[in-house]
Amino acid sequence: MNGPEPGVAAGPGAGAGPVTIGDLALEVRSKNAGPFWVTMELFMRGADGYALVADPSFLDEYVVAGLYRVDPGTVQMFRIPSLNVVKISFPRPVTQGSLRDRDMHAGQHHVPLARLPVPSRGEHP
Amino acid sequence: MNATERVSVLVPAGMLGAGFAEATVERGLALGADVIAVDGGSTDSGAHYLGSSTSKSTAGAVARDLRSLIKAAARADIPLIIGSCGTSGTDDGVDWVADIAARVMAEEGLDLPVARIYAEQQAGTLEEMLGAGRVHPLPPLGELQVGTLESCAHIVAMMGHEPIAAALEELGEAGTGARVVLAGRATDTALAAALPLMRGMPAGPTWHAAKIVECGGQCTTNPRAGGVFVTIDHHGFTIEPLDPESACTPISVAAHMLYETVDPFQMREPDGTLDVREATYVALDERTVRVEGSRFHTAEQYTVKLEGARVAGFETMSFTAIRDPLILADIDAWADLLRTTLTQWVTDKLALSEDEYAFDIRLYGHNAVLDDLEPATAPPREVGVMLLVNAVDQATATAVAKVANPLMLHLPTPRMDYLPSLAFATSPAEVERGPAFEFVLNHVVDTTPLEMFRIERRAGGS
Repeated sequence: MNGPEPGVAAGPGAGAGPVTIGDLALEVRSKNAGPFWVTMELFMRGADGYALVADPSFLDEYVVAGLYRVDPGTVQMFRIPSLNVVKISFPRPVTQGSLRDRDMHAGQHHVPLARLPVPSRGEHP
Repeated sequence: MNATERVSVLVPAGMLGAGFAEATVERGLALGADVIAVDGGSTDSGAHYLGSSTSKSTAGAVARDLRSLIKAAARADIPLIIGSCGTSGTDDGVDWVADIAARVMAEEGLDLPVARIYAEQQAGTLEEMLGAGRVHPLPPLGELQVGTLESCAHIVAMMGHEPIAAALEELGEAGTGARVVLAGRATDTALAAALPLMRGMPAGPTWHAAKIVECGGQCTTNPRAGGVFVTIDHHGFTIEPLDPESACTPISVAAHMLYETVDPFQMREPDGTLDVREATYVALDERTVRVEGSRFHTAEQYTVKLEGARVAGFETMSFTAIRDPLILADIDAWADLLRTTLTQWVTDKLALSEDEYAFDIRLYGHNAVLDDLEPATAPPREVGVMLLVNAVDQATATAVAKVANPLMLHLPTPRMDYLPSLAFATSPAEVERGPAFEFVLNHVVDTTPLEMFRIERRAGGS
């Protein structure tokens, strides 16, 4: 159950290892949007960081679906250049408050997304 | 002052009972508030509050906030609107807040007219609506089944602004005089939108402003500093924090459309959809923001959303902790052994089949929060082991947890040839949590603004 996740570095967090989305963001957050949805926002530091995460060849519905093991068809993405924000919403795989729900407000589920390594400069995935 | 040119709304906090600085309310009154609006509830904390029809906030905290707001409304001669009373907006919740308000008014020598708006729904009535094809699912849920309605402990409908406006009208001339509206479940936005819409403010700016202020200071640079003050006019709205040290910036205001929403550009209300794709956010000074360009598209069909909660078994929790690095080095194997041994022991000792109970083992400090989505692999320094058991009744859940007790005290890893002793956090280790509730409705009803809500007027001191 603890095998490597698709797209996630197994290395240590900030400081060492590859540069992640979290390293380039002011804040990466997640929250419930009603009892049946979770929503996440990447608040990027500037236009460069925004351009990186807003690029569908790096981050799209399929990458999100892989990180969270959900159906890519249920993932909604909103790219908001005026705020340097990418917002992602999808139905909660585990119902809020059920026996298997370990995060009532879904407030800690941003971490796999924040740990996603960004492509190094000049490199195209 | 021409009341038809603009309407100002004072939102003292994101939730009644959260508390706020007295000075921020004073400031809102000095700025010329026409109405005080505050949310009394939320579904964020889970289905427990709707299922059990109890409040998340204490009576003491609600009384403290109500005292301040009722006195402010009386002094300024403006209405006070409270929505989703008692956290979930059940009929009990409305009456609970009304009783507290009556007590506060008696103590303060006030007797403001009070309207209660009830939002609770009967399963039988909803079954008829379902049969008539008037109930529709919202994603990700499917078509509603009759049995689901009957299984709910409580069902509420989320009112729009119309029942609140009707209550205000019933209590006096539109928009003048102190009075208190205690609403059951309502959309977060309906509270702040009701009076501006009554006075002819346009729907686009009104609903957008109401969405921005629904969490109080969340749309400011210091969300903990308290409430906000918004003025809606015929062209847009202007917003500032009530705390003079805090600020609204174009980013802080625009970003609030992201908060707890699936879609940051469009938001459905009972009578239509707010559309902020063309909205502009401009700083008037270092702490005030002007918003224009918000639109509202009236829907062909008026709909009201349902919320329902039902009992999903009873839970007992037990909690132990591990510090021994020999166990922590092999923590996943230890947890697997706990799962298989507990399942076997429950079969042997309690003769329960697997559909009569379920349990979840959470390794706090290791991967409890993200479980199999957890990307980190480093061994933890210490781990809290939570066992959560769900069963058809409390006694069965506790019996399973008690079977687990010696395992949570002495279970070794598969590679250890002696019995360790682990660190229980409390004695007794088991905590009975009572019924566990789950949300089961995410459906809308084709209806009219007032059909599903009941307005009762009572004197303040009663």
